[in-house]
Amino acid sequence: MSPSANTTWTGRNFPDAAHEMLANSQIRRNVRNATNIIQTKRGKVVRELPDWEKLREAGAALRAHTLEHLDHYLTQFETACTKAGGIVHWAEDSAEAQQIVLSLLKEKGVNEVVKIKSMTTEEIHLNATLEAAGIHAIETDLAELIIQLGEDRPSHIVVPALHKNRQQVREIFSRKMNLPNLSDKPEELTGAARSYLRQKFLTVPVAISGANFLVAENGAVCIVESEGNGRMCLTLPKTLISVAGIDKIIPRFQDLEVLLQTLPRSATGERMNPYNSLWTGTHPGDGPEEFHVILVDNGRSRILADKEARQTLQCIRCAACVNACPVYHQTGGHAYDSVYAGPIGAILTPQLADLHAGRSLPYASSLCGACYQACPVKINIPEILIHLRSKIVQQDQKTLGGVFGIWNLGMQAARIAFEHTILFTTGQKLGRIGQKLLVSKDGFIEWLPSIGGGWTKTRDLPAIPSQTFREWWAKREETRKK
Amino acid sequence: MRVSLFITCYNDSLFPKTGQAVVSILEKLGHEIEFRSEQTCCGQAHWNTGYLQEAIPVIRKFVHTYLDAECVVAPSSSCISMMRDHYLKAAHLANDAKLAEDIQSLLPRVFEFTEFLTNKLGVEDVGAVYPHRVTYHTSCHSERSLHLGDGPVRLLKNVQGLQLMNIESPEECCGFGGTFAVKNFDVSSAMLSEKVRTVLNTGAEVVTAVDNSCLMHIFGSLHRQRTLVKAAHIAEILASTGGAE
Repeated sequence: MSPSANTTWTGRNFPDAAHEMLANSQIRRNVRNATNIIQTKRGKVVRELPDWEKLREAGAALRAHTLEHLDHYLTQFETACTKAGGIVHWAEDSAEAQQIVLSLLKEKGVNEVVKIKSMTTEEIHLNATLEAAGIHAIETDLAELIIQLGEDRPSHIVVPALHKNRQQVREIFSRKMNLPNLSDKPEELTGAARSYLRQKFLTVPVAISGANFLVAENGAVCIVESEGNGRMCLTLPKTLISVAGIDKIIPRFQDLEVLLQTLPRSATGERMNPYNSLWTGTHPGDGPEEFHVILVDNGRSRILADKEARQTLQCIRCAACVNACPVYHQTGGHAYDSVYAGPIGAILTPQLADLHAGRSLPYASSLCGACYQACPVKINIPEILIHLRSKIVQQDQKTLGGVFGIWNLGMQAARIAFEHTILFTTGQKLGRIGQKLLVSKDGFIEWLPSIGGGWTKTRDLPAIPSQTFREWWAKREETRKK
Repeated sequence: MRVSLFITCYNDSLFPKTGQAVVSILEKLGHEIEFRSEQTCCGQAHWNTGYLQEAIPVIRKFVHTYLDAECVVAPSSSCISMMRDHYLKAAHLANDAKLAEDIQSLLPRVFEFTEFLTNKLGVEDVGAVYPHRVTYHTSCHSERSLHLGDGPVRLLKNVQGLQLMNIESPEECCGFGGTFAVKNFDVSSAMLSEKVRTVLNTGAEVVTAVDNSCLMHIFGSLHRQRTLVKAAHIAEILASTGGAE
């Protein structure tokens, strides 16, 4: 199976991709229903905690502290993990991470691996690399399995098949598992997945996972999940390879006290995940005989060096911001055309790509602040979006096309007018004259040229009235003096 | 109290009635209003679009204009949130310690209009009469930056004759977002149709908010669709005495 057009990210312009997604009413309905359900559940379990805001603050503080001392905690993790029998690898970018995984698998001589849902392996495009080398990666998370069998892409960090409803899942399973009589009852669908996967758990000797947290003080790795399929992967195969971003470190075991309260509540609206797995190294007769951790940088050090944007790395991938985002509600995840969708994707993707890709994403937000309000580790996403916009503006201003582009010219003109009141008031007067041909009888503009046309496509605009406020005020003052 | 009115650039240009309403309410409450004519903009459009360097001189002008004012009131929560959330950062970016100091001295005296009434003056009933069905849109900045809570709603509840209609998801963004409405007009319009649907479902005759920017956006669609629902800034409702609008 080669990766089809559907399964690759191309980094399209957000407005174009969004335009297409908005025409897909089925996906929009699915996204709306699913985010509504998660939002409602989250609201309920968050409200029942009187100290929710304190937990957010604690989470933010401990994540920020870790990032300040990341070098220290990473080496502490390496030492502790090695001592417990694990083998730690370092990967500077996705190519290096792919090579490490490939050489480990070649050493084992396998042509199949089982996988636990992992955003980091998505980020480094691991499945496609493995396929190209003749190794088939079997996704064992139910939603990831739906995505994989449907030759689709995940549209959500936590709920990757959120854009699919069960009729669509039935269609995929029945086609790919050759089950013509399968119904769309959830029990039957999960039953089909169970029989399909159980065979693999028992026979495939190598598993690949991500990680939710890496505990520096004892070298433990933590994964939380809902189905138990992850637990199967973590315990049955002989070799386990965990791929994790260097940002996944937490200093102490005790820090889980905070994050394992906020993560499940924020992610799936549960008080606790059904499966919480924590393991350190290897233990004879218990679990994998060989355990590897690949610590992936892939642009994270660069983000860490940018003080304004560093808090991006506080993220614990709960996707509460995604579920809260009114833009995501309309477009779903595929419009972002990146591994990470929603508000966190809008700040993470362009930074991981050093602004060589995802340049339209920082603008894919009305800056409404719902993401910041929902974030369990208080990442000020709107502030970072503005910071990234400013970096893009500054880059563009170094090119001729950017300097003479309509946005830059407009913004420079507006800046000069706002600096000099006389120019601002002259602009108001000129606008009043200039709009004459465009204004309808009842004082509205229904059509505008150029970038203004985006507004008037669906909305009327009030015309500048015959008297601005300052003109009214000046007249009133004059009358009063008399 | 001598209140300096910061009308904001877009209210000055497009919504003079809102400013007139603010003047009439505050004068009725016995305050003296001044209008510093050198005022223009708070710098938000530049800042939020990523033109940070260009926003700095605009911010500086605002600060210089009002530095010695007793208090400043603006009928726009997004402009006030621009000041509270970003002004200090702008001063740091400009590497201007004096500007930072001036901002810290000025900002505690700057208020959003309804916040000024309920929190500073302790007024919740301005003696308005407005016999209409009204629904209140909670603008993003009023809720998530200024944390106005139910202040504006308490003001509306004390208006004689006003019937407040509950709206579904009052805090969900209308999709305006400044230049977002133009750069991402398709998504912005989709968000707006959701908002307009909830406004129409309330059966209200008028939709109100503390920001004309959201109202301009919402009414832009209500007007395009030829609905009979009107939009009015909360100050215009609070200034009403029940006569013809």
